[in-house]
Amino acid sequence: MKLNERSLAFYATCDSPADNAGFLYKKGERNTAYHKRWFVLKGNMLFYFEEKDSREPVGVIILEGCTVELCEAAEEFAFAIKFGCAKSRTYILAAESQAAMESWVKSLSRASFDYMRLVVKELEKQLEEMQRGLPGCRRVHRRSPIYRKSKPALGPDPAAVTVELPPPREKPPGLSCPSLKENGCAVWNNTPGMKDLPDGGIPGGPADSGSRKPAVGSGCEVGPKPPPLPPRRRASSGNSRGTGPVAAESCVCPGTASFSRLHDWYGREIIQLRREGGGGGGGHQL
Amino acid sequence: MAPALHPTNQLLNGLSLSFFFFSPVLKKRLVKLVVNFLFYFRTDEAEPIGALLLEHCRISKEEVNVFSISFIEEPDRKYCFECDSEEQCQEWVEALRRASYEFMRRSLIFYRNEIQKMTGKDPLEQYGISEEARFQLGTHKQ
Repeated sequence: MKLNERSLAFYATCDSPADNAGFLYKKGERNTAYHKRWFVLKGNMLFYFEEKDSREPVGVIILEGCTVELCEAAEEFAFAIKFGCAKSRTYILAAESQAAMESWVKSLSRASFDYMRLVVKELEKQLEEMQRGLPGCRRVHRRSPIYRKSKPALGPDPAAVTVELPPPREKPPGLSCPSLKENGCAVWNNTPGMKDLPDGGIPGGPADSGSRKPAVGSGCEVGPKPPPLPPRRRASSGNSRGTGPVAAESCVCPGTASFSRLHDWYGREIIQLRREGGGGGGGHQL
Repeated sequence: MAPALHPTNQLLNGLSLSFFFFSPVLKKRLVKLVVNFLFYFRTDEAEPIGALLLEHCRISKEEVNVFSISFIEEPDRKYCFECDSEEQCQEWVEALRRASYEFMRRSLIFYRNEIQKMTGKDPLEQYGISEEARFQLGTHKQ
């Protein structure tokens, strides 16, 4: 499957701050020895490099729909990143100390886009309710809200958290996970004459939102509550096919039945990102 | 074909867009926005051909019904998308601009700060995540 690898590599190596970084030992897939790699966590992606000062990552693990668990391994301070799909690879990593392991497990557990979205939505709601409750209060200029349409109901009530780690995520009932086509070749089209961008500014800030209707609250919740923890994972249903439309109980967009397939993709290691400048001409045909 | 990929099942995600990309030929692709990735599929296939990571990118409105995505490290390369209507085009532009993790992070820091100013309390404290590196005010610029 093609990716805009250059953009991935840029994201990995640009100077935006990482959410965590450090050396970890990664257990190989075929060769089960552990290899020391430099890991960088940015957003929902865990990049790893051969060396700390390597120019490009060797691979990336996309942390959506995963669980992070301590694991029984011969190696000390080991933990595992697991995905819902039966065919997905489990990543076994080992830190160099108890403290490092705990720090990584914590940051990886909260790395998903979905988790961030939950927290943002919750704060957005809190702010809105506060503003409604204070008639004399100057309305704060709102950022472009995360949601404009009304949302599907959030998942089931979270179980009480008894350990420091959030409970495992739930995944929708699994469809069978077909093997994904893998296309290691990203060929770029160097067609001349494309219009230059006026500037390279990054979109998405408040300036982009313009005037927009404020988000409509879900209406069924009273008062601020802690954001629901990621829903509990059901036992993997292996190869069972969903019968009829899948009830997407996560807060993700509707129609997530294909997510189990995407989980499989998310779990795949992208090995050997193409070196910049290699590959010559040609077109990136989408 | 898996029912989940049928265009009408999916609100914004998975609306069919016509692609034309560096070629005069319009290619119709099914496009699906999932977290900070834009997946694209041939319209009759269940598995994506590829995906675009939507970080450090610029979403621009082009001519009528058309928007483009370009990336900060390659600003002269554009992925252009032609929609069926101007309204659909606007929807996609808005959705894609909000689709990055970094945008999400900035929003969180903004709301956290605003709530703290109003209440004097850090709203993240009750969830035990105040000290998480990813939520720090001023740490993540831009």
